[in-house]
Order: sequence, then C-alpha cells, then structure tokens
Amino acid sequence: MKADPKNVLTGSHYLDGNHASAEGGIAAGCKFFAGYPITPSTEIAERVSRRFPLIGGVFIQMEDELASMAAILGASWGGVKSMSCTSGPGFSLMMENFGLGIMLETPCVLINVQRGGPSTGLPTLPGQADMMQARWGSHGDYEVIALAPDSPQESFELTIHAFNLSEKYHMPVLVMTDECVGHMTERVVIPPAEEIELVERRYTDKEPGEAWPYEPTEGGVSPFLPVGKGYKFHVTGLTHDYRGYPVINAETQETNVRRLIDKVNNHVDEIIWLEEKDVEGAEIVVMAYGISSRVIQPAITKARKEGIKVGQIKMVTVWPFPEKRVRELAGQVKSLIMVEMNYGQVFLEMDRCAAGKCQTYLVGHAGGTVHNPDDIYKTIKEAVK
Amino acid sequence: MTTKVTEKRMQEREEHPMERLLRMDRIPHIWCPTCGIGTTVTALAVALKQLQLDLNNVAIVSGIGCTGRVAGYTKLDSFHTTHGRAIPFALGLHIARPDLKVIVFSGDGDLVSIGGNHLIHTARRNVDITVICVNNFIYAMTGGQVAPTTPITARSATSPYGNYEHPFNIPLLAASSGAVYVARWTALHVRRLTVAIKEALTKRGFSFVEVIAPCSTLYARLNKLGSGLDLMKFYHDNSVIRHGADPKEVNIDYQSKIAVGKFVDIEKPTYLDCLNNAYKKKFGDKYKPYGGGNGDK
Ligand SMILES: Cc1ncc(C[n+]2csc(CCOP(=O)(O)OP(=O)(O)O)c2C)c(N)n1
Ligand code: SF4
Ligand SMILES: [Mg+2]
Repeated sequence: MKADPKNVLTGSHYLDGNHASAEGGIAAGCKFFAGYPITPSTEIAERVSRRFPLIGGVFIQMEDELASMAAILGASWGGVKSMSCTSGPGFSLMMENFGLGIMLETPCVLINVQRGGPSTGLPTLPGQADMMQARWGSHGDYEVIALAPDSPQESFELTIHAFNLSEKYHMPVLVMTDECVGHMTERVVIPPAEEIELVERRYTDKEPGEAWPYEPTEGGVSPFLPVGKGYKFHVTGLTHDYRGYPVINAETQETNVRRLIDKVNNHVDEIIWLEEKDVEGAEIVVMAYGISSRVIQPAITKARKEGIKVGQIKMVTVWPFPEKRVRELAGQVKSLIMVEMNYGQVFLEMDRCAAGKCQTYLVGHAGGTVHNPDDIYKTIKEAVK
Repeated sequence: MTTKVTEKRMQEREEHPMERLLRMDRIPHIWCPTCGIGTTVTALAVALKQLQLDLNNVAIVSGIGCTGRVAGYTKLDSFHTTHGRAIPFALGLHIARPDLKVIVFSGDGDLVSIGGNHLIHTARRNVDITVICVNNFIYAMTGGQVAPTTPITARSATSPYGNYEHPFNIPLLAASSGAVYVARWTALHVRRLTVAIKEALTKRGFSFVEVIAPCSTLYARLNKLGSGLDLMKFYHDNSVIRHGADPKEVNIDYQSKIAVGKFVDIEKPTYLDCLNNAYKKKFGDKYKPYGGGNGDK
C-alpha cells in the first residue's frame, strides 16, 4: 500500500532528526502516540502533538513510560498504528511492556533517542550505550529488530521502515537514534506519498470461531484477528498456545519462545541491512552504526590516502546482528574495528562472531560527544600492524 | 414428558448467562471454592446480558493476579496484560476503538498499588472505560502478602504480626481523581452489584466499581475468619447501604462495618469529548471530530 497523501509533507525541508522521525511516523500512517517527555527525545512528541489533530490522530502525554508503552500496545490491538519515543531512563521503564509487546506479537514503533547513561546520566548529550538494553532489556528470550539512523533523512526513512517491519513481523521495532542525530538539522527530502511503500496489517480471512491468534504459519506470524468483529480472541503475556490460551509447561514454553525467535531468525537475510563500502579486498573493515558511521569517515579517508586498505560497514540494522557476514569477513580481513559511543556493546557481538579468526578492536568511550577522528585513525594504524 | 423437561432444561441451559460469557473450553478455572471473584464475574455476565449489549463490541482487559485471570475466562476480545498496566492498555484500546465498551477487571493490588498512578490519571482524564476492582484486601495470587488495601491489624504473609500501614480508601481515591461513577458492593450483593455494573457500563466516562470479596484460601485463613463463605456472609451482613455517602467516610477497618452503595454519579465531559471540543474550538471546520482510529477516513 502507498502512504496517504494527507499524512505526507512532500518536499525538501530543514529538519532535525527528531522532527524527521515524527514525520516518518506520520507518513507511515501512525495515528496514536503515547509518550512521556524526556530529553533529548521531546521534539518528536511535540511535533506529533501539533500535527495530529488535523490528520485524525490522537497524541496523549501519559503519566509515565510504563503507561505509554502499555497504551501503544492497546491502541495497536485496536488496529491503529502506534508509536512512542523516549530516552535512557524512559527506555528502562518501557522494557516492561516492550516485553509484553514481544509476547503478544504487537506491531508498534519505539524510538530511543540515546543519551549518556547510566541512570540520569547526560540528558543533553549523546550516547549509544543502550544497544545491549535494546537487545536484552526485557526479561526472557526473544529476538528484536533495531535500526540506527545516521541523519535526519534516515530518521524519516527508518521510522517508516520500522513501521513496515513491525507490521510484517508482528513485533515492536526499535529505532535507536541518539542526541546528535536527534538534534542535528539537515535537509530532509520527503518524497510524494505514492513513492512511500507501506506494509498494512494483514487480517485473517477465516470466520470467527475458526481463527486463533497464534496459528503456526510458514512465515512464522499468523494474520491478525480484528477486535470488535466477533472473534472474541484471547491474548496473554503468560506462555500460551496457538489459541492464545495460557499453558504453563515446558513444552508450550518451547513452542512459544521458538516462535518469537524463529520469526526473526528465519528472516535475517531480509531484515539485515548493511551498507558496505570498499570491503572487497580490504585488510581492515571499520563497522559502525548511527552517528558513529559518519564520524568514521575522516579517519578512513586519511588511512586510505596512505594506502591502507580500509573498508567500512554501516549497520542500518544493528539487531539482528549480521552474524553471517562478520564470520565471513573475519576469515578474509586482518582486523575488524567497531566504533561506538559506549564501552563495547555491539563490539561484543562482532568479537564473538570473529571467533579469533582476525584481530578485533573497539573504539569506544562513555558517551557525551562523538568520537575524535584521531582515535579512530590511530586504531586503524594499530590494526594494520 | 421427560423429553419435554429435558428440552426445557436444555433451553434454560443455553440461555445461562455464564455460558454466554465464559470460555467453556477453559473451564475448570483456577479460582478456589467460595472465592469472591466468581460471583463478581457472574454479576458482570448478568449485567452484560441484561443490557443486551452486542458482545462483539465489548472488550475486557486484566492485569495480573487471581482477579487478573478474569480476562482469560471471558468470551470477549480479551487481553491479559502486565501487572498494573491494564488501565493504560485499555486506554489505548479505547482511543483506537471508541465504539467498543472497554472493561478493566482486576485486583486491588494490581489497580491500586502497582497500577495506582494509572488509576488516578485515567480517572482524572475521565477516559470512557469501566473499571471493576475486586478488593480482597490482599495480594492473593502471590500467596497472600500485604496490600495497600489491607486493613490495620490484619495479618498477611508479609505482615505476620498484623498490618500497621494506613490503607487506601479506594472509592475516595477514584472519586477525588475524577471518576464520574463510583460504587461499592460486596461479592454477595449479587443483584445490587449487577445493577451497579450495568450503570457503570452505561455511564459515559470513567466508572469504577469496587467489590469487597473474600479470599478464602489466604486472607480468611491467615486471619482465622472461617471459610470463604463465612467471610462473604460477614461482609454482606456488616455492610450498610449508604448511597451518596461522602467517599471520605467510607474507609474500611479490620472486620468493620462496610459502607456500600453508589457514592458518585455525576456528569462530566469525557477525555475524547474534551479533546474534540478543544480542537473544534481551535480549528473550526478544518477539524474533523475524532471518532476512532479511522477518524479521517
Ligand atoms: C511487575 C510484577 N511484580 C510482581 C508480580 C507478582 N504478582 C503477581 S499477582 C500480584 C498481586 C496481585 O494482587 P491483586 O491485584 O490484589 O490480585 P488478587 O490476586 O488478590 O486477585 C503480584 C505482586 C508481577 N506479576 N509483576
Ligand atoms: S487465592 Fe484467594 S483470591 Fe485467589 S482464587 Fe483463591 S480464594 Fe480467590
Ligand atoms: Mg487482591
């Protein structure tokens, strides 16, 4: 389906990443936003609250992030595309019902404009240290999808993409941006509505009484049952069978959790989105995501000028992790470098997948500012030895 | 003759209100004999039947607890969510689908302790949902620990020497937060409770019904109050009907008299009324009143 022209501000704009994320959500057809103010994400909520009244959406500022996340799940089950935004402290609170969203298989989008942590940390300065929380922050075993925009343009595009993935795989999808991207203003080109491809919710074509919410299907997700149409379905955060009924035993747990894991793992090739440059024949590959994937450029240019064969991979999706690709590369290159604004979170995955087949380096720090290009350059020099 | 009787019985059976509302494929349920949750569910079933509501348009949301299991047994679009978050989940569902009746059915711990913030804010906004709160003065599901509703001196698994914290007066909490309908009955006032649930479901805005119910297995046993039935009768026999009572005066002490009745029944624009009025005023004809998730279509 194409986007609704009423929701799309076609044209060229100067927007910061947060405003662009809001426009992405609106273009994707989001009609319910529940959130709680937190720096540096508030501009998303503010823009949505201004834009929604005339396009038939409801913005509500909730009492906290626990409620915000619960409310967008409720609205999504009501058939409305829903989203929220937050930053570290709020992300922690949202993890509770993020898990419910995973368990109930509820499409929605959550944007985390990352700041420095732990705790209240650095409200106004960037970080990328919630990446492992994005991966494992709610209890239990499950897979997640997390995207990392590097610019206002990508904030717009990836928010739409996140909605599409959430409707395709029936799960909350994370957009892991950061203060830098959220507050940098750049040109954002919003295409005409007919060029924006949207994935709409797929409803069952079975009659009430014949359809269950979690029937096994080839793709791993079953068509939605609509509310208010007589299906009288039940869904629960307890371990459940295909009918949505709680069944408390190890066998059902295995089926239920495998379902949550497999629907992502069986589609990693479709989900994973990497942008590779000069990787062919490279001795060294620098991996980064979000704002860090831009910060690495001067160091790479400098090193390449010196004749060092450096390639780069921008991870547009961070989760699921590109395990296969990293394993492959580890057998070909001398070193893999991860550049991220934390003390080595996604690095852990890269290092694990490299499995000792190449050297691995982290260029990391505690956040508050983007990397000094020199640190990246120095690591490249070190890694080529 | 026999055939006729059987036929009549069959018809009666088919018309049994519980069967219409319960997921028979999930029976037997987990509740203990003489637990007060059962009669409350019956009251809801009868209320829905008497109101002749199209059950396709009724949804139910529960949190976690013994009472939280209600959503799982009701044959409605039903959501069993997380501890304390039934109300905000229901808020989202209601805003997406204002044409549905959304009922929250949960326990005192769920709604007043961990979910207390959501209760007061959703009442403040006057969101058009109905909340049914089974107050058994205890966290039953987890084994009978002290709750913010446990009366002073009552024993629980974590107040083994008797509770010393001041409990909440739930009707006062709901009323002072902005609920437009607040009533309290005990689990044995089945007929009056049914009327209250009918009124709550018909009321536009945030309606709240508290049900004082025995937890036979934990509260009654830990406090040596006899069987669940004894306690159910005690609550009933010690209740005093005081319609219109000031919610400030309906607090409950340990095994005290219990004021029951309809305490609040007022008119106030709902959350969506307020939203629509405000935008209509601001944007005039450019604004299309929000009527649901497809409001602009
Ligand atoms: C976040 C969280 N904390 C704690 C629990 C454990 N827990 C389950 S039910 C419950 C209390 C339920 O009490 P109440 O709402 O009064 O329901 P009742 O069982 O008495 O009907 C608790 C604490 C939980 N499920 N989730
Ligand atoms: S433990 Fe108490 S509240 Fe729970 S079902 Fe048994 S009697 Fe009812
Ligand atoms: Mg209780």
